[in-house]
Amino acid sequence: MASIEFVRVSKAFDKQEVIKDLNLTIEDGKFTVLVGPSGCGKTTLLRMIAGLDPQTSGSVLIDGKDVTRIAPGKRGVAMVFQNYAIYPTMSVRENIEFGLVNNKVGKAEREELVESIGKAVGLSDYLDRKPSTLSGGQRQRVALARAMVKKPSVFLMDEPLSNLDAKLRVQMRIELIELHKKLGTTFVYVTHDQVEAMSMADKIVLMNKGVIQQEAPPDTMYRRPSNRFTAQFIGTPPMNIGELGAGGIKYGFRPESAVLSEVQGDEPFSVRGVIATREMLGSETIYQVRSDSGNFMVKRSEDLFAAGQEVFVGVAAEKLHFFGEDERRIEEKQGAYRDYLEALRGRSHG
Amino acid sequence: MDKQRLGETLRPYLMIAPAMAGIFLFVLYPVVFLGYLSLYDYNLMNKAKSKFIGFDNFAEIFSREDFYKSLSNTVIYTAGVVVLTLLLSLLLAVWLSKKSKFNVFVQAGIFTPHVVSIVSIALVWLWMMEPNLGFLNYVLKALGLPTSEWLQSSRSALMSVILVSVWQGIGYYVLIIVAALQSISPSIYEAAALDNANKLRTFWKITLPMISPQLFFILVIMTIGSFKVFDTVKVMTGGGPNNATNTLVYYIYENRTTNIGYASATGVVLMAIIALLTFVYFRLLSRRVHYQ
Repeated sequence: MASIEFVRVSKAFDKQEVIKDLNLTIEDGKFTVLVGPSGCGKTTLLRMIAGLDPQTSGSVLIDGKDVTRIAPGKRGVAMVFQNYAIYPTMSVRENIEFGLVNNKVGKAEREELVESIGKAVGLSDYLDRKPSTLSGGQRQRVALARAMVKKPSVFLMDEPLSNLDAKLRVQMRIELIELHKKLGTTFVYVTHDQVEAMSMADKIVLMNKGVIQQEAPPDTMYRRPSNRFTAQFIGTPPMNIGELGAGGIKYGFRPESAVLSEVQGDEPFSVRGVIATREMLGSETIYQVRSDSGNFMVKRSEDLFAAGQEVFVGVAAEKLHFFGEDERRIEEKQGAYRDYLEALRGRSHG
Repeated sequence: MDKQRLGETLRPYLMIAPAMAGIFLFVLYPVVFLGYLSLYDYNLMNKAKSKFIGFDNFAEIFSREDFYKSLSNTVIYTAGVVVLTLLLSLLLAVWLSKKSKFNVFVQAGIFTPHVVSIVSIALVWLWMMEPNLGFLNYVLKALGLPTSEWLQSSRSALMSVILVSVWQGIGYYVLIIVAALQSISPSIYEAAALDNANKLRTFWKITLPMISPQLFFILVIMTIGSFKVFDTVKVMTGGGPNNATNTLVYYIYENRTTNIGYASATGVVLMAIIALLTFVYFRLLSRRVHYQ
């Protein structure tokens, strides 16, 4: 088990700086998910931990020790790659034990480990097969087994589920959560999929353009996004954002925070609009409401309205978020918060 | 109705008929005719005087000293060329597999001999290997190294021919191996690095198995090609000195006018040896070749 620390880390590819002076601590034993749009530097961070693409400057500490000069194979980390990177010429067994052989683990112990890990990931019957005869899900398990068998202090995963079909992905998500619980080691997981991040993480690190936008547990990330980027990245559909008018202040609300009604309510935010589209998803319905203040997505569990219908969109005061000109969140205790709420009420139209 | 069905049955055969005609005419017929000739004491001037002699030609082959000499020359030549070319092209390919402008330049340089006619190459090397005025001995002398008689001594002649063949063929095989090396996903090497595999072990356990299909292909193709070596021998030594570089095909060529039946029988033996060797390769090595 180990914590990971980035201290003033920078990384440049061909003189193009991807990450600059980044500081981050990944706690010991936690399931940390690095999430962000493609090109945000999340994979770069992961590969720095592994030692595959060392940082240009700054230092990476694993368990308090600077690992800058330590080879990837000696850092006590294991990695699951997006394309699995299974050795295609070796059998499943050889794949799993390759690291053990390199680390000079005795034959008897090796066999026992491979058998038990094989059983744990459900590959017992496939140990002597070649990877080319396995399905995508089974290959994924080989990659996991290969990482697990080394008993690493840090697990690194680079979008390991993105090559699986939707159903298998949901199942593997649960298995990974259980695996983390069972092993109790530090997991660092990279994904661009915010659903994966929300469902598995103890802590999410949201990045954009090489800069950390917010570090928080999933519920905080969702309920109290610290800036506009976070607010719009996390959640499907993303948070509705509108211009308050003066001073570049913006307001926002989650699609499920809004209520739809045929008569105007007394919420601080209330606008009249027309339902442009309606997506019935079973347990919920997503409406797109077109109004003079812009388009809003509204998610409701009941399915009462039809496309083309005129409705009022209302949002309660505690469900509203405000973002300043610098895109940062404006907290409720800040003095201006009340003024913005009033300004919004003044803009309500029926 | 029946006519229509007949047409449908015949159509595919009709479609492949031109290709099959070519194969019959240019592949099967010559092979069969070769076998036919090998059973005759054939008279090129007067066909009527040709005589069927059964396996006498073969009996003669296996009792003649010069056949064994050219067979052993061919085996040594093949082993030398195959082993040297495989090793050197593998080394060069590993060196050149990183994509850079310099490497592309070097690779083009190594490949160039393959574009040039082997006859021209053999001639150029013939001059360079001239013991008294040649470039090679000049360089050796300048470096204070012992010189060689090259093609003019029976001890070094075969080695010299091997050298030229390797030099000529290596660029092509480097090209194939470089392409194979570049097709290996870099993440596999990263996984190996994380599995704490050192460079040598990574090469043995990952790189070599990954390019084994290409290496096997090169091995088979080159063995067959080397067994049939002719042009370098013809231009550079004419089989000499004292039969030191006489190879099987050159041996056949030498007998072509005096005894065509005997030459044909030698051709059949050569074919059998190559077939046997290829079969042995497949039996011995196919388990070590990893197709994906």
